[in-house]
Amino acid sequence: MDTFRDKLVPVTSILLGVVILWYVFAVILNTPFQRDLDRRANETSTFSELIGKTLSQPKPTLPAPHQVAVNFFENTFLRPINSNRSLVYNAWVTLSSTLLGFAFGTALGIIIAVGIVHVATLDRSLMPWIIASQTIPILAVAPMIIVVLGAVGISGLIPKAMISTYLSFFPVTVGMVKGLRSPEIMHLDLMHTYNASGSQTFWKLRVPASVPFLFTSMKVAVAASLVGAIVGELPTGAVAGIGAKLLAGAYYSQSIDIWSALVAGSIVAALLVMVVGIAGRIVDRAMGGRPA
Amino acid sequence: MTGISPAVVAASKLGLTFQTNDGPVQALSNVDLTIGKGEFVSFIGPSGCGKTTLLRVIADLEKPTSGTISVNGMTPEQAREKRAYGYVFQAAALFPWRTIERNVGLPLEIMGLSRAEQAERIKRTLDLVNLSGFEKKYPWQLSGGMQQRASIARALAFDADLLLMDEPFGALDEIVRDHLNEQLLELWGRTNKTICFVTHSIPEAVYLSTRIVVMSPRPGRVSDIIESTLPKERPLDIRETPEFLAIAARVRDGLRAGHSYDD
Repeated sequence: MDTFRDKLVPVTSILLGVVILWYVFAVILNTPFQRDLDRRANETSTFSELIGKTLSQPKPTLPAPHQVAVNFFENTFLRPINSNRSLVYNAWVTLSSTLLGFAFGTALGIIIAVGIVHVATLDRSLMPWIIASQTIPILAVAPMIIVVLGAVGISGLIPKAMISTYLSFFPVTVGMVKGLRSPEIMHLDLMHTYNASGSQTFWKLRVPASVPFLFTSMKVAVAASLVGAIVGELPTGAVAGIGAKLLAGAYYSQSIDIWSALVAGSIVAALLVMVVGIAGRIVDRAMGGRPA
Repeated sequence: MTGISPAVVAASKLGLTFQTNDGPVQALSNVDLTIGKGEFVSFIGPSGCGKTTLLRVIADLEKPTSGTISVNGMTPEQAREKRAYGYVFQAAALFPWRTIERNVGLPLEIMGLSRAEQAERIKRTLDLVNLSGFEKKYPWQLSGGMQQRASIARALAFDADLLLMDEPFGALDEIVRDHLNEQLLELWGRTNKTICFVTHSIPEAVYLSTRIVVMSPRPGRVSDIIESTLPKERPLDIRETPEFLAIAARVRDGLRAGHSYDD
């Protein structure tokens, strides 16, 4: 019951507010075009007729929530899963490159962090480049990666995953550098009194101490991975994926399709972050974490 | 005092100067000290007198800048490599992701002992500090006093003859502290280890020690060494006897003579 009062009520209130605001703006933004249509058809609509029409245009400037909901429902549950109009199919295409890129990115991030923590030269030379890498707009890098890899005969999943990797290794590197450096001086002194070797200190102290940092940064990284996968689908001329749906929607002014693809993307993102969060909590509990 | 047994710790003209941004700070100056086997030596003095630094030099956590020091007849570094001592820090410093038994087993893992040997030693040392039954608990499930006992068990686990303790009970309340003092004395009596114990509590130093090294600051130096005349068997209420109070008064005098009470 406490979860109901503490979480459900506030979240629902905000959602309700957003939906109301959304309807208001849908009416406001779709009115000019509707007026235009009415004038051409020599019709005059009453105020309530006008509202009804603005909320049921086939290609509205801003689709109403129920239009998006209906479109989302149809494309998620009523289409065969292998149809390329199915949101489940498209989400899966994007998800697979997200996961591959996320796995690469996490591994790369950890390896770089270990290097930075253990090799003083890397600490001084690598970090500025890593930060610089994230200031380059991904939209500029993505087509180049696709084109260059395409030239050497690699296409499909890998190039998209590499864009995800590019975005997701960064938070993991930063988090893990902090995590591997998080042991207290006292714990390090303790290992020193045991005459522990570098690798013993690493595996028995630095790695376990960094685990909470790893999961926090993985939550950021998995969301970034998804963005990378979607962005990676835009210049590839990909035929499937949430990015491809967005692009196709934009070509044909199918604003409702764009919005329902956005909703699908958000749901995938929320699920991914949730899964990483749950994994983090399971690991924390297994490592003797104090129940919150 | 050292008698026939060789000195466990022998320092001569020992000095340590830290280079800080505000210029050099002399943390230790001209320390001459010999600690024999089986002694319980307390180091007492105000903060900044170098008592913790001295302990850290013995443990090879700091390098002296002048003079000589030997631990078990070796350099501190060799002694550390041979795991000649167990060190107990001001805080329990247990790894929060390890259960109590795995925390106590940490040094044993690092030494590469067999699983059976580890289990046997963990059991024995946990018995020694009265923590049997808490093997599977995580540190946060234990009180501060129990955590510190676990850290003592960890320092005892690999059977070093020398125990270095840096204000181990400083963060605990007085009742727990009394209790642990009593247990520590009992443990010392049973194991015949050499203990170096840093404290800033006069009653604690007098109650525990066979010898009290009074230190004073700026520069950190030994200003007095007081032999305790108390018997080895010491119930807690020995602290109300005139003999105890006389030694405590001498320690206080030693601190005053070293200008420890100056502003």
